[in-house]
Amino acid sequence: MKTMNFSRRQFLKGTGALIVSFNLFPSATDLFAQAMDSGNTPDPTQLDSWLAIAPDGTVTVFSGKVDLGTGVETALAQMVAEELDVPFKQVKMASTDTARAIDQGVTAGSRTIERGGPQLRQAAAVARQELLKLASARLGSPVNALTVKDGIVSVVGEPGKKVSYGQLIGGKQFNVRITATGSGWDMKVAPETKAKDPKDYKIVGTSEPRVELPPKLTGEFTYAHDVRVPGMLHGRVVRPPTITSKPTTIDESSVKNIPGIVKVVQEESFVGVVATTEWAAIKAAKALKVSWSEPATKMPANAEAVYAYLKNTKSFRDQVPVNKGNPDEALSQATKTYTATYHWPFQLHGMLGPSCSVADVDKDRITIWTGTQGSFGTRKAVAELLGVPEKDVRVLFHEGSGSYGRLSSDDASEDAALLSRAVGKPVRVQWMREDEHGWEPKGPAQLDIVRAGIDSQGKIIAWDFVDRSFPLTAITGSGMRLLASRQIGRKPEAQGNPNGTAGGGQIYSFDNQKCAGPLIPWVQADETPLRTSYLRAPGDMARCFASESFMDEIASDLGVDPVQFRLRYLGENKRGTDVLLAVAKKAGWQERSSPGPTSTGSKATGRGVALFDRANTICSAVAEVEVDKSSGKVTVKRVIMSHDCGLIINPDGLKNQIEGNIIQSVSRALLEEVKFDSTGIKSLDWSSYPILRFSDIPEIDIVLINRPEMPALGGGEPSTGPVAAAIGNAIFDAVGVRLREAPFTPERVVTGLKKT
Amino acid sequence: MARISLRVNGKTQVVDVDPETPLLYVLRNDLQLNGPKFGCGLAQCGACTVILNGNAIRSCVTLVSAVQNQPVTTLEGLGSTKKMHKIQQAFVDEQAVQCGYCINGMIMTSKALLDKNPKPNDGQIKEALAGNLCRCGTHTRILRAVKRASGQRV
Repeated sequence: MKTMNFSRRQFLKGTGALIVSFNLFPSATDLFAQAMDSGNTPDPTQLDSWLAIAPDGTVTVFSGKVDLGTGVETALAQMVAEELDVPFKQVKMASTDTARAIDQGVTAGSRTIERGGPQLRQAAAVARQELLKLASARLGSPVNALTVKDGIVSVVGEPGKKVSYGQLIGGKQFNVRITATGSGWDMKVAPETKAKDPKDYKIVGTSEPRVELPPKLTGEFTYAHDVRVPGMLHGRVVRPPTITSKPTTIDESSVKNIPGIVKVVQEESFVGVVATTEWAAIKAAKALKVSWSEPATKMPANAEAVYAYLKNTKSFRDQVPVNKGNPDEALSQATKTYTATYHWPFQLHGMLGPSCSVADVDKDRITIWTGTQGSFGTRKAVAELLGVPEKDVRVLFHEGSGSYGRLSSDDASEDAALLSRAVGKPVRVQWMREDEHGWEPKGPAQLDIVRAGIDSQGKIIAWDFVDRSFPLTAITGSGMRLLASRQIGRKPEAQGNPNGTAGGGQIYSFDNQKCAGPLIPWVQADETPLRTSYLRAPGDMARCFASESFMDEIASDLGVDPVQFRLRYLGENKRGTDVLLAVAKKAGWQERSSPGPTSTGSKATGRGVALFDRANTICSAVAEVEVDKSSGKVTVKRVIMSHDCGLIINPDGLKNQIEGNIIQSVSRALLEEVKFDSTGIKSLDWSSYPILRFSDIPEIDIVLINRPEMPALGGGEPSTGPVAAAIGNAIFDAVGVRLREAPFTPERVVTGLKKT
Repeated sequence: MARISLRVNGKTQVVDVDPETPLLYVLRNDLQLNGPKFGCGLAQCGACTVILNGNAIRSCVTLVSAVQNQPVTTLEGLGSTKKMHKIQQAFVDEQAVQCGYCINGMIMTSKALLDKNPKPNDGQIKEALAGNLCRCGTHTRILRAVKRASGQRV
């Protein structure tokens, strides 16, 4: 595709030429797209890099944060509109383009509102200040005599004296320098500028409807999967069933009769096909006969082999988020000690739309269209893969299918780049369902071992929590390599990122307390389909399942109500206490110990609670379950969640996220486990990896606790944390069976019932 | 390759394609209708759903040659952002979307349901949507949206 060079000035004038040039992409934000002359990222110390105001008063924000279906585009626009005092509808978030957006770091970790939000807010606060200065000169009144409403500045007491933002700056640049230190999530923007007092908020805190919903509901929205560029061909990748290895023979005659086949591409171990139509590419990928060499690495034979490896292998790095007193000594002096081991399986992100990217590798310039969570990370990865400077690569974000961390590893962009380079034309690659299930980097298995000791009064005096986890090996950047990179022989230079540390009982205060997270080596000589990546609330669900099940086990042994037992250890944690009491109240929690009274019928009901904190967001779940005592089937009837993430930007948007976390987590807790053996992944479609369906959706009740006096914290992931633990505790409450391994399948329940 | 006449959203169009091509790819790539989505290619998830002769079908496993001259309706055939169909509007009113990749299937399946059963109860809505997957977990809002679209209290 022809590279377009539009200056910021042309954008500000809002010329019609841009619309014609970009009419392939009907999404409104793309109408503003402009390429900088160089591929360098805009300078964050220039106010104009952050936002622009058009003559009609429209504010366009050039954020590096992307919407992954979570509604942050709407919430961030609310924060900017609030700070500028313009109507919400007047703020447009330009979709991220690495040639003109600020690099605010990867969109992940529930940090978009918490970190990215204040960056945009402060830039908007500076812009408002500058606009007031301009208005002061224009209206001949001092700044402190001015007021702003709906983007119009007027003189207090003289409403006739007024001027709009559009009149003041529309079509022009601010040319103002601001402070911006640090980078990515940690960038501090104009900290010296005073932002609005939260008590004056009118737009922040309201449930503005999501801006991008209407076109998503009519087919007018351009997802990454819907991007088509002139001359575009279709590619598919052909991967071996087990571990990556070299093709020994590729029989091109097996596809030569497929109409539309353009090329069979091989580069080291990377094999793909390119065709003129998507169907021809799919057929060719299926038909292509490839023999693969014996890989140097072996797949584990089963889940037990993985757990044994996790248990017996020396860690390469030990994280110790809490280390207080001497748990070992306290355990030796305890009146009674407890120990338990919990297992969590490999799970899928399971994006409903498989990975998809379009790449145009031109000899001068490379363009990638993708739904990546980190546009700048993808730019770097593709540049390194192709051996070109980063400035030659431009990444244009288009929202993809919800990714839950999966697109921190933007594999399809690398695939598309290699195929496009091989044919010299733009190529669109979409993974097939079996590619996505089989080769997505997965949420890793975890093995959590917990020990505790109580004194003669039944007080926990020792807590020792060990989360043995794999690192996340397939992340863009940090020396790790994505799949296509591995296949063309680029070696990883790092062991991987940690799988989080929250949820190991850190929310409680015990006299002697240790939470540790040894990371077990997982980078293999050849890439395995058990490669790993951030899966929503990475590692937290397993750790919280272990720690909060364990708390229940002790409470039950002591005959204490689970809510009351937890309250004892929250100490000065007022927010934690409030969250726990709020969920208990909403759930109509009756004080008693678990298990509940034995039921005589074929089905038993139970309730369970769990509490969780992550990056200062605190939430608590109560699950109400029904267990069929003969089949072992667990039905989650209702989940109640209380949630405190500080200041709430958009209550309904937050609720939508929490509902999603709950349903996805019920699915993960009850159903989800990646099946594999030494020949490869066996969960390659939705029947071999079932997820929760409409028939099993629980009722949901959410209690939002708003804290306007606090900063806005993350809401995209934390409520995933406590769900599995609450369900496990509810199963125990119902039938007295303690499940220490997820998912909570009927077989595991029946096995447990036979033992009781 | 073969010339195939299609009746999509009330318009007759002739495409020149491999007759074995699943309808989904023809709708998306030849007719530029992006509403139906590729999710699995196995009729397991529902993202590709369109309406054929009044029934919600999976366009990812339906050969284009099998639907010649039969009325096909896609998401685009229901309404646009300028003039939304009542089901689309109900999804806005309930904010019943997260990423929205599955939503085409949810709306098209609901359309086929409501055409046959204008006032379905919760159980009937769940049954109709039993084969449609949503990974974001928007189910409770989707159920409310379908109920709202049918004019029932939510």
